[in-house]
Amino acid sequence: MKKAVGLLVALFALWLALSGYFKPFLLSLGVLSCLFTVYLASRMKLLDDEAVPLQLRPSLLLYWGWLGREVFKSSIAVSRVILAREMPISQQLVAVPCTQKTEMGHVIFANSITLTPGTVTAESGNGHFLVHALTDDFAAPEGFAEMDRRVTAVEDR
Amino acid sequence: MDAFTIDLLLDIASVIAFATGGAFLLIGAFGMIRLPDVWSRLHAAGIMDTVGAELILIGMMFQAGLTQATLKLVLISLFLFITSPTSTHAVANAAFTAGIRPVRLRKNEADRVIGESAKRTGES
Repeated sequence: MKKAVGLLVALFALWLALSGYFKPFLLSLGVLSCLFTVYLASRMKLLDDEAVPLQLRPSLLLYWGWLGREVFKSSIAVSRVILAREMPISQQLVAVPCTQKTEMGHVIFANSITLTPGTVTAESGNGHFLVHALTDDFAAPEGFAEMDRRVTAVEDR
Repeated sequence: MDAFTIDLLLDIASVIAFATGGAFLLIGAFGMIRLPDVWSRLHAAGIMDTVGAELILIGMMFQAGLTQATLKLVLISLFLFITSPTSTHAVANAAFTAGIRPVRLRKNEADRVIGESAKRTGES
């Protein structure tokens, strides 16, 4: 029930943001279409932790800010590698341990690693991610450990 | 501050965002050509679709001001933030499954993740 209300509110906010209409007739049509979508989603049994991730902590927004800074810093590092005369690349595939309990946490951590330039997640299994790193600096375990800790803090109530 | 000064500051902010975003896009395109194989080129594409695209969008937000267009731009950047790593991972996972390994691989810990020693290490 909580998930249904959450999805309804999110859908209607999206409808308002994209349409920008505030006439009563159009508003009621918007509410009706959102209600119909929530009905369809519940019929398809989509109202779970994956489609409506209300279980995540609100500090996810702070985490996104931190992640944005990290992305910027490592973009500059990758740019230096690309622009160097002799590109100092030493490619490696490293196994990164992950401590998240839920699938959602795994997805957030793996996507954060991929979003940061210089590291890409290629495969997961055995409680580890297989991460491709461009140079030794990007493969340092300390950076992954801090991101892992932050994602675990965001993951669950 | 009068309206003229605020407009000027907004213009300067968006010029800075556009210039740095364009520089990152250019470096990313440069890297796509210079880097040796699929795996390293993914990182150049990563620069373009994260920092490059987001900075261009931020510059557009400064131009649009507090309007509905800015809200839509925020939504676009949010969706890019979530979908671009997903597609990058799809390419990387396809390359890994197909048995393509990075050239001049220094360290390979694939056996700790998939439970078998990786195929064709060091070639291709």
